[in-house]
Amino acid sequence: MRFSGWRVLKEGLTGNKGWAPHWRNPEPKPEYDVVIIGGGGHGLATAYYLAKEHGITNIAVLEKGYLGGGNVGRNTTIVRANYYLPGNSEFYSHSLKLWEGLEQDLNYNAMMSQRGVMMIYHNDGQRDAMVRRGNAIINQGDDAELLDVEGVRKRAPFLNFDNNRFPIMGGLLHRRGGTARHDAVAWGFARGADMRGVDLIQNCEVTGIDIDNGKVRGVQTTRGVIRAKKVALAAAGRSGQVAALAGLRLPIESHVLQAFVSEGLKPVLNHVIAFAENHLYISQSDKGGLVFGSYLDFYSSYAARGNLPMVEHTMESCLAMVPALGKARLLRSWGGIMDMTPDGSPIIDQSGIEGLYLNCGWCYGGFKAIPGSGDAYAHLIATDRPHGAATKFKLDRFRSGHGLMDEEGSGAQHNLH
Amino acid sequence: MRINCPNCGERDRREFYVKGAALARPAADATLEAWHDHVNLRDNPAGELHELWYHEMGCGAWIDVCRNVVSHAVLSTALASAADLGGAR
Ligand SMILES: Cc1cc2nc3c(=O)[nH]c(=O)nc-3n(C[C@H](O)[C@H](O)[C@H](O)COP(=O)(O)OP(=O)(O)OC[C@H]3O[C@@H](n4cnc5c(N)ncnc54)[C@H](O)[C@@H]3O)c2cc1C
Ligand SMILES: [Zn+2]
Repeated sequence: MRFSGWRVLKEGLTGNKGWAPHWRNPEPKPEYDVVIIGGGGHGLATAYYLAKEHGITNIAVLEKGYLGGGNVGRNTTIVRANYYLPGNSEFYSHSLKLWEGLEQDLNYNAMMSQRGVMMIYHNDGQRDAMVRRGNAIINQGDDAELLDVEGVRKRAPFLNFDNNRFPIMGGLLHRRGGTARHDAVAWGFARGADMRGVDLIQNCEVTGIDIDNGKVRGVQTTRGVIRAKKVALAAAGRSGQVAALAGLRLPIESHVLQAFVSEGLKPVLNHVIAFAENHLYISQSDKGGLVFGSYLDFYSSYAARGNLPMVEHTMESCLAMVPALGKARLLRSWGGIMDMTPDGSPIIDQSGIEGLYLNCGWCYGGFKAIPGSGDAYAHLIATDRPHGAATKFKLDRFRSGHGLMDEEGSGAQHNLH
Repeated sequence: MRINCPNCGERDRREFYVKGAALARPAADATLEAWHDHVNLRDNPAGELHELWYHEMGCGAWIDVCRNVVSHAVLSTALASAADLGGAR
């Protein structure tokens, strides 16, 4: 079933009776070429690109819950390529280019909206850092524009420009950044993979990884044993636990990050706005709700909810930066579990066990990575060589200290990211 | 979340800074692998975990806090100085 304007019109006129399910619900087969653990954004995108770019279609994606029920459906939906450090910079650049053609490629409306991401600075030091970042982004071939205070005022007149502690001095605008509908991204990749023959198996938890003589043989699941030539982890916040099934310890702590949504309002925010001070980011969904978040709760957590101190901090920051939102009601908040690495950057690499691959450590930023990560991970699984845009995402960098990507400049240490 | 400081009693989480898993420190001349393990690798269990919390806005003690990281319940606290985490000196 393909989507088109004509099809939407026809279904509209005939009572929408012709729409079919977007993917099959198959029984697991006893054996696959590739088994992917985790039906989130990264797992589904990997299956899609394995089928599309490498012709490998005898694949199962095993998901313990339902497709899109993990972090892919609980994030604040920001997509951007305004990273600074080599390694991350070219990877997110590659991913953003894939986002820009994604809806055509998938024949699926992911509501990709390049409304621009504006990073606000409040003091001289932050301005200098933004200038450096902007230059790095431009050198990378992406877009960045430094705005002075009037430039920001023109685009967002309702901000608190004269805040006593955090006056606004300007911003760095990245026009190609924006947001996408997170569930639709999962559904689009799921449908695309299913159409190419990939088995998407829900309610199937991986409970063991079978390894024989240093080589992977398959997995144990709540729906029986499944053999596989290659097994690929894509379990987001659960990577530590899934890796432990193969006897691996990863440089990962799982932490909780919260997000918030207000009641629906008339359009008030055009851009995604991120404030350097206090760390707050905010955007408006197409439905009208304001979507925002700030720091991690900063301690280990496997709870899909946070704690009140960070709720309070986020609300305080929000009102300090955008006082006009004081009367908006908060509808809901939630948390997601994320893999935090010591340097805040991800891992896409071989595991040291033949046929077992790692895709983990996406920290607070793995939504924008989904197409790039799927493409790069598929390349690694199919060819056993890293994809050109993801050569720095090595597991060994923590051991050797070479190539650490400390994006925040806060140090490569667990409790700082 | 409230944490029971052995010196000060039960206090709000906001009085504390968190360092992460409470791990026994290897000897200074331990192997690279032992240090890599200590600095980077984690068990990361979905259950009980011992962590180091610092009573920053209180008495300034480092505390070994045992917490369930699924329910966020604090199960026990003890002064880290008594928890033998220092490694061989
Ligand atoms: C509140 C919040 C806000 C965020 N905001 C942004 C943002 O604005 N921009 C951005 O780029 N990133 C953001 N992120 C990060 C981003 O959401 C994640 O990095 C990314 O979604 C993780 O990859 P995924 O989509 O594959 O994860 P998931 O969707 O979580 O997929 C992993 C899947 O693995 C499954 N699984 C786990 N264990 C097993 C097992 N044993 N067997 C079978 N299946 C298993 C899980 O059920 C889950 O469905 C945010 C995260 C949170 C929590
Ligand atoms: Zn105290």
